[in-house]
Amino acid sequence: MKAQFLPTPLAVVQEFARLTREPFVGFTLQTHLLSSLGRFAMGFGLAAAVGIPLGLAMGWFRTLDAIVSPLFDALRFVAPIAWVPFAALWFGTGIGGPVLIIFSGAFPPCVINAYRGAKFVEPRLIEAARMLGVGNLRMVGEVLFPAAIPSIVAGLRISAGLGWQSLIGAELIVASSGIGYLMVKGQSNISTAIVMSGMIAIGLVGASIDILLRGLQAKIERHRV
Amino acid sequence: MLVAWFLLTTATQLIAPTRFPAPREVWESLRQIALAGYADARLHAHVLHSVALVLMGFVVAVATGVPLGLAMGWSRRVEALINPAFLLIRPIPPLAWIPLAIVWLGLGDAAKVLVIWFAAFVPSVINSYAGVRSLEPHVIEAARVLGIGRWMLVREVLVPGAAPLIFSGLRLSLQACWTTLVAAELIGAAAGLGRVLSQGALDIYPAMILVGMVAVALAGSVMTWALGLLERRAMPWRPA
Repeated sequence: MKAQFLPTPLAVVQEFARLTREPFVGFTLQTHLLSSLGRFAMGFGLAAAVGIPLGLAMGWFRTLDAIVSPLFDALRFVAPIAWVPFAALWFGTGIGGPVLIIFSGAFPPCVINAYRGAKFVEPRLIEAARMLGVGNLRMVGEVLFPAAIPSIVAGLRISAGLGWQSLIGAELIVASSGIGYLMVKGQSNISTAIVMSGMIAIGLVGASIDILLRGLQAKIERHRV
Repeated sequence: MLVAWFLLTTATQLIAPTRFPAPREVWESLRQIALAGYADARLHAHVLHSVALVLMGFVVAVATGVPLGLAMGWSRRVEALINPAFLLIRPIPPLAWIPLAIVWLGLGDAAKVLVIWFAAFVPSVINSYAGVRSLEPHVIEAARVLGIGRWMLVREVLVPGAAPLIFSGLRLSLQACWTTLVAAELIGAAAGLGRVLSQGALDIYPAMILVGMVAVALAGSVMTWALGLLERRAMPWRPA
């Protein structure tokens, strides 16, 4: 089989090692990965920081639920990737654009799981808290939030996966650095080995993120029992 | 919401028209793409092109993935043979296959079908495999005791038993297919909704971008809804 079509495993490993030493399209593989991870952390962090409080609040305040839910349901059907043109138009291709796309991928699971978690809190807990005269804010922060944590963490796992995937899509299209960008450049150089090295790196990082969050999930489960 | 949109854009110009379009502009670009065409084709042609590609990749993936998953769930030997390979490819998101598919097959439709096939293949294998595994052993034993043949066992016990999980996998993978296709078309395509989006971005034409996004969302949700209908048809014994 021609190497251009499918290089040998050894060639891919060698290319991978070479990419970590010699810069390709400006940076080494590690630097590309770091810039991808930085964007990912920003988009994912923003999604969690906005999505979880929003979901919890929607689970408590009926009016907010009635206002946000229809809007949210409509937006959810737009594939994160479809935000690419607007992301580029509004925030450019450096950091802002890709971060918006990651955000749009990671946001829905955060909101949905926090919302569900808050909705399925045992009514007894809510009644007890009410009887003790807990106000709205403390109810969300100190009753709903702790009770919803397992559901929230499960949501974070989904959203990290979707966010990572959206990041790759974003970088394939609108970035000027990062692991997706490395792959696009490898593709235009018709270097299958570079493209496959990129895929390996993406798979490894994606799997590590999932393992980390799964560890967190297991820890919380143990803690609760 | 519509009122707020109108107020922010047309009435007060708080949001510049180069950033987000006003309702009127969106209506005009919708008319333009539906009647005259944009990016070399009219709206319905773009939609049909995209949907046809997704369905093609999806159907082939289901037709190959589900039997493989069932076989993996049923036979230890097939599982031992194929599972390791799956554990390796599983963490690679379908979008990451796009550059490889382009290197292999170019920017045409074949590369897109390959990527879509990939996006749907992995989840359909994994879910049918998990579906068979979720069957209670005594159901299979009972069927055996009743003297059921091999084919009957697959058709009457394994497939219906695994169907709920298979369908939930299909729903997820259909969405993944749609996202993947739009991404692939954004990178390069002669037609399709992704082409509309990327052309709109090139021309800095926010109203057309918005029309494209709405079309992507609508076509995606219609497909998911149709799959839901099919699901209820296929499993009439389940309460809706």
